[in-house]
Amino acid sequence: MTSAPFSPEERARFDLELDKILTHFPADRKGAAMLPALHLLQSIKGWVAPEGLRYVAEKLEVSKERAFEVATFYTLFHTEKPGKYVIDVCTNLSCSLWGAEKLLAHLEKKLQLRAGESSERWTLRETECLASCGTAPCLQVNLQHHESLTLARVDEIIERLP
Amino acid sequence: MIPVEKVITRNWGTPQSHTLESYRRSGGYRALKKALEMTPEQVTNEVKKSNLRGRGGAGFYTGLKWSFVPKGGPKPKYIAVNADESEPGTFKDRYILEKDPHMLLEGIAISAYALNCHQVYIYTRGEFKMQADVVDVAIAEAYREGIFGPRMLGKEYPLDVYQVRGAGAYICGEETGLIESLEGKKGWPRLKPPFPAVVGLFGSPTVVNNVETLANVPAIIERGGEWFAALGTEKSGGTRLICLSGSVNRPGVYEVSMKTTVRDLIYDAELGQGMPPGRTVKAVIPGGTSAPVLAADEIDVELEFEALKAKNTMAGSGGVIVMDDSTCVVRCLWRIARFYAEESCGQCTPCREGTPWQARILRRIEEGNGEASDVEILLNVATAIAPFPPIGLGNTICALGDAAALPVHSFVQKFRPEFERHIELGRCPFSERPWGHFGGGRA
Ligand SMILES: Cc1cc2nc3c(=O)[nH]c(=O)nc-3n(C[C@H](O)[C@H](O)[C@H](O)COP(=O)(O)O)c2cc1C
Ligand code: SF4
Ligand code: FES
Repeated sequence: MTSAPFSPEERARFDLELDKILTHFPADRKGAAMLPALHLLQSIKGWVAPEGLRYVAEKLEVSKERAFEVATFYTLFHTEKPGKYVIDVCTNLSCSLWGAEKLLAHLEKKLQLRAGESSERWTLRETECLASCGTAPCLQVNLQHHESLTLARVDEIIERLP
Repeated sequence: MIPVEKVITRNWGTPQSHTLESYRRSGGYRALKKALEMTPEQVTNEVKKSNLRGRGGAGFYTGLKWSFVPKGGPKPKYIAVNADESEPGTFKDRYILEKDPHMLLEGIAISAYALNCHQVYIYTRGEFKMQADVVDVAIAEAYREGIFGPRMLGKEYPLDVYQVRGAGAYICGEETGLIESLEGKKGWPRLKPPFPAVVGLFGSPTVVNNVETLANVPAIIERGGEWFAALGTEKSGGTRLICLSGSVNRPGVYEVSMKTTVRDLIYDAELGQGMPPGRTVKAVIPGGTSAPVLAADEIDVELEFEALKAKNTMAGSGGVIVMDDSTCVVRCLWRIARFYAEESCGQCTPCREGTPWQARILRRIEEGNGEASDVEILLNVATAIAPFPPIGLGNTICALGDAAALPVHSFVQKFRPEFERHIELGRCPFSERPWGHFGGGRA
């Protein structure tokens, strides 16, 4: 018996959603639903917790090693518990040409974290091109996109978060 | 600006352009109706006649790619729509998904019919959360209106379209990495051949096409392949979405004639509106960071596949990045090299070992610790991944290797004195002002 990853309500929601997802894949290819299933898990639990990952593997009939391998390959899956807000700052070329390095340094100072570090409240990361280079610089907070940023605008975004 | 009829962006200015109602009002889904009165072969032929070329990076002829899919056979056929848009400097598909998802969905329906495909997956990069939500709503609308589902506009033709969100991995934009990811695995590209059109998703024939590519299909069917071909050049049909970013007055996505030159793109009053005050062009990347860089005296080239190829670079994904005279190209190349080192999937030794090595050497040079031999070593490492020119000699499973080596080759070839200057001085000559390496930034 693994420790229960979900409350009964969460499990019901997960199972229901997963069944819908599985209708879009061949019946003998359940493992293909791995990314949707991990997104679903993360949307419910806030991260890809180990027990949840085991449950996904079980439901998709793949080994838990395979599930872990997939989860760790992709940067958006958090296999360690992140801060309440995950801030991804794009520092790729077009954003850097519009001051992204300065913006990241500003955030590092403000949040007292280096890129790649987490606190209870924040996870600060440097990320690759977010396909928003025409409205550089940009960042995402829990995947919510903010563009055409200035330092003042970033302060405002950060300070408004509940 | 060279006048050209807008194909992809024609609805972007309309309020609520993302809704089915709005799309229908502008004539949407008429092309699908027309296609369903044609045979699948006639549809493919029209696409062939259009000279439509892939907008995802490689510029492969779409009709030709479709014709590689074996006719008949017991296996299902799949279409995987590449909405991974992760090539640095590229941000056009995002707006198609956001502003006109039904143009894509109509293109998907027509293409599925042409290919005898009944299951389509749209693979959307994980960071496009908002765009994915818009697309999911549009898919639901299409089901409700009898476009997807058991019948297509009344005709017996079952089609399921399902969107899968990626999760942050550039390599999943490579077509076989994308297929692996759709199979629920890490995105490790496959050795080709066999090509996906023959052996792709779940071992079945699979067409992988970019969002912009498929969004062109409705117009081709409605107005005819010849009309579309005539919008472009001899070898490339249609218009192009160009993503202009970096040091210009008006960055953005522009739908242009492929006869537009890089210079016009930057300076035209209806396009980039020129350089920031006092600045001049130093370097331009014409097709996403994977494309070899152009020096300032090379920008009178048309933004067309063959023209850019003749300059030893490529049209790629349409991402044009401008660097001005106050920018340190070593710093730029270092940032590009870090990207490829970060995104290499690690399967092939030259790419896995070479990409971080390139980044380490560039860092050393930029930080003032470079040695006289470093430029040669850098070129050797790049050559071990992929010699250049021409493009396409990579020693690796997928083209990420080439993509990582080409910027290094081309930046060094065109700006070698600047690399050497860093080494001689023992520091970056642009580092006097704080944040000066990237031309001061504007944040
Ligand atoms: C490393 C790498 C990343 C790629 N990323 C993308 C991408 O994000 N979007 C895309 O459409 N094509 C991308 N491609 C190109 C695809 O492999 C493929 O050629 C394309 O999706 C085919 O569609 P098209 O013929 O319509 O362009 C990438 C290629 C490589 C080698
Ligand atoms: S070239 Fe690089 S990214 Fe492509 S398969 Fe090889 S290691 Fe992976
Ligand atoms: S470089 Fe930052 S969004 Fe493209």
